[in-house]
Amino acid sequence: MSAEPFKNRSDSPKDSSDASPQPIGSDAVNWISEPRIGFWEATFLPAIVQGLKTTIRHVIEHKPITQEFPEEKPLLPPTYRGVHRLNRDEQGRVKCVACFLCATACPAHCIEIVAAPSPWPDRDKYPDKFVIDELKCIGCGMCEEACPVDAIEMTSLYDIFGLTREEMMYDREKLLSVYDETIKLAVDPVRTERGELGPASDILVAPINEPTEIAMPVPEPNQGR
Amino acid sequence: MELLATIIAIALVMGAILTGCAYLILLERKLSAWMQDRIGPNRVGPFGLLQPLADGLKFILKEEIVPGHVDRFLFVVAPCVSVFTTLLAFSVVPFGPIGEQANGLPGWLRFIIAPNVDIGLVFIFAITSLAVYGIIMGGWASNNKYSALGAMRSSAQVVSYEIPLGMSVLGVALLAGSLNLEEIMNQQAAAGILGWNIWVQPLACLIFFLSALAESNRLPFDLSECEQELVGGFHTEYSGMKFAMFFLGEYTHVVTISFLVSILFFGGWHFPWIATSDNAFAGAWIVKIMVLLAKVTACIVFIMLLRWTLPRFRFDQLMGLAWKVLIPLAMANVVATMVVRQFGWSYISLPLISLGLFVVAGVIAVEMGTLRRPTNPLSKTSKLIKTGS
Repeated sequence: MSAEPFKNRSDSPKDSSDASPQPIGSDAVNWISEPRIGFWEATFLPAIVQGLKTTIRHVIEHKPITQEFPEEKPLLPPTYRGVHRLNRDEQGRVKCVACFLCATACPAHCIEIVAAPSPWPDRDKYPDKFVIDELKCIGCGMCEEACPVDAIEMTSLYDIFGLTREEMMYDREKLLSVYDETIKLAVDPVRTERGELGPASDILVAPINEPTEIAMPVPEPNQGR
Repeated sequence: MELLATIIAIALVMGAILTGCAYLILLERKLSAWMQDRIGPNRVGPFGLLQPLADGLKFILKEEIVPGHVDRFLFVVAPCVSVFTTLLAFSVVPFGPIGEQANGLPGWLRFIIAPNVDIGLVFIFAITSLAVYGIIMGGWASNNKYSALGAMRSSAQVVSYEIPLGMSVLGVALLAGSLNLEEIMNQQAAAGILGWNIWVQPLACLIFFLSALAESNRLPFDLSECEQELVGGFHTEYSGMKFAMFFLGEYTHVVTISFLVSILFFGGWHFPWIATSDNAFAGAWIVKIMVLLAKVTACIVFIMLLRWTLPRFRFDQLMGLAWKVLIPLAMANVVATMVVRQFGWSYISLPLISLGLFVVAGVIAVEMGTLRRPTNPLSKTSKLIKTGS
């Protein structure tokens, strides 16, 4: 096809002085022609054979890309934000000082804290009640960024479940038990080199040695497909 | 004795078809998974081999919902008709060596339910086209627009494709001089591999296969139940065992057409050097059954491959294929076969005629495409009209 059909439009520029709208004439239309159908195309056979070759090749060189979940665990990025945990200090007490910063930062309003006077001399308050509705949580990670004492953290645990909505309300003890569980895995906490999270944070700066770069899992490309 | 033989044959066929269909569904699921780079059902039993059992249990245990707005009687009868007709069609299909070919077999073991039915082919077409009643009744009784639309489409489709289906087989019947399936099969087996009807009726085989596929409402002709447009088509309102019976009917239909293609065009149980008519050893009948079943399985697998290869037809394309392509071609093929038979020409002319018809059809399609082109309004003539106005 040549550019000839488009010529007509430039040949007849629109008359701006003409006030009345003109109907679109055939010279204003860009006429193009459909591709001609050849003999073999009309019989459909080559297309069918080609399609069959594709389907048969997939059967013969069967390379499934399915990840069979319960047996095969997915390779998640290290910054993955899973279920929350409440950290313990060196004496095994809950680290949280019930400052309400996480509950304020939470855009989904899924954190409910009831503060009480602390029984310990080193802080004023502690959370008498600390409930996170994991069903409401959107996993944004703002709570752990807001926390001044590194008490709340998001772990790499992703396969949590519950049979009722009540089971998905994680209270203080449950969140502490998540800490006990994930501390054994030695995956969390994961920090970027910015290191310092809050003024009362224990870990203030990144260590001198190079932090490991984030290795994002890349699915193996299917070759020849 | 005759009654006993029939009862045994019926039991054999029913058992084989019911389990066969269950495993065909597993095969189809596995095949489609492989084609799509998935794994397929693999949780129930080794390699998912017990999946049909689980499916069957689920179908039986599921609640049978009969919606309040349906015509109860027809709603219940429809799936029964669907299964009944497709199973009934199988009664004249031989599924192994017949008569003298089944050498060394006791008389009570024969591989056909109703032997010596001289109008076997006509019987099959008459009965299988009744299966559409199941679909129409189901669609109409559901009292649901989608179901009614699906049923309507299905009736038009089946009526249209019945014609090329019947006509394509006329050539085979003319050559064999019989409508009896056993007779057709034995003649091909006696003539050897060059006696298979595929060599003399290749075009008829193509037309028969396409029409049979359309008759069974399989993809790419499953317009009566296309999920994207009609939810589920005629079986939208069905659940549990009634839905399973529709499914069973469809798969039985696939099995039947695969048997027919193997018997009518690919020599039935005959295969050179492995299963010929002068095989005289004791287990020859087992080999013959295996060969026939292998052919049938190959045909079924091919149908499943087609399912995931070809996109679904649009309804006008479907009708166009039947009325503008298949029916004229089938008619020309019958006439050509009649001429060859009448004037005693060599059968070598038949495949050549088939090829010629195919080429002519292709050329006509190309020319029709050219004729349908609108004339370019910028060409000389239209310019004249424009300046005149």
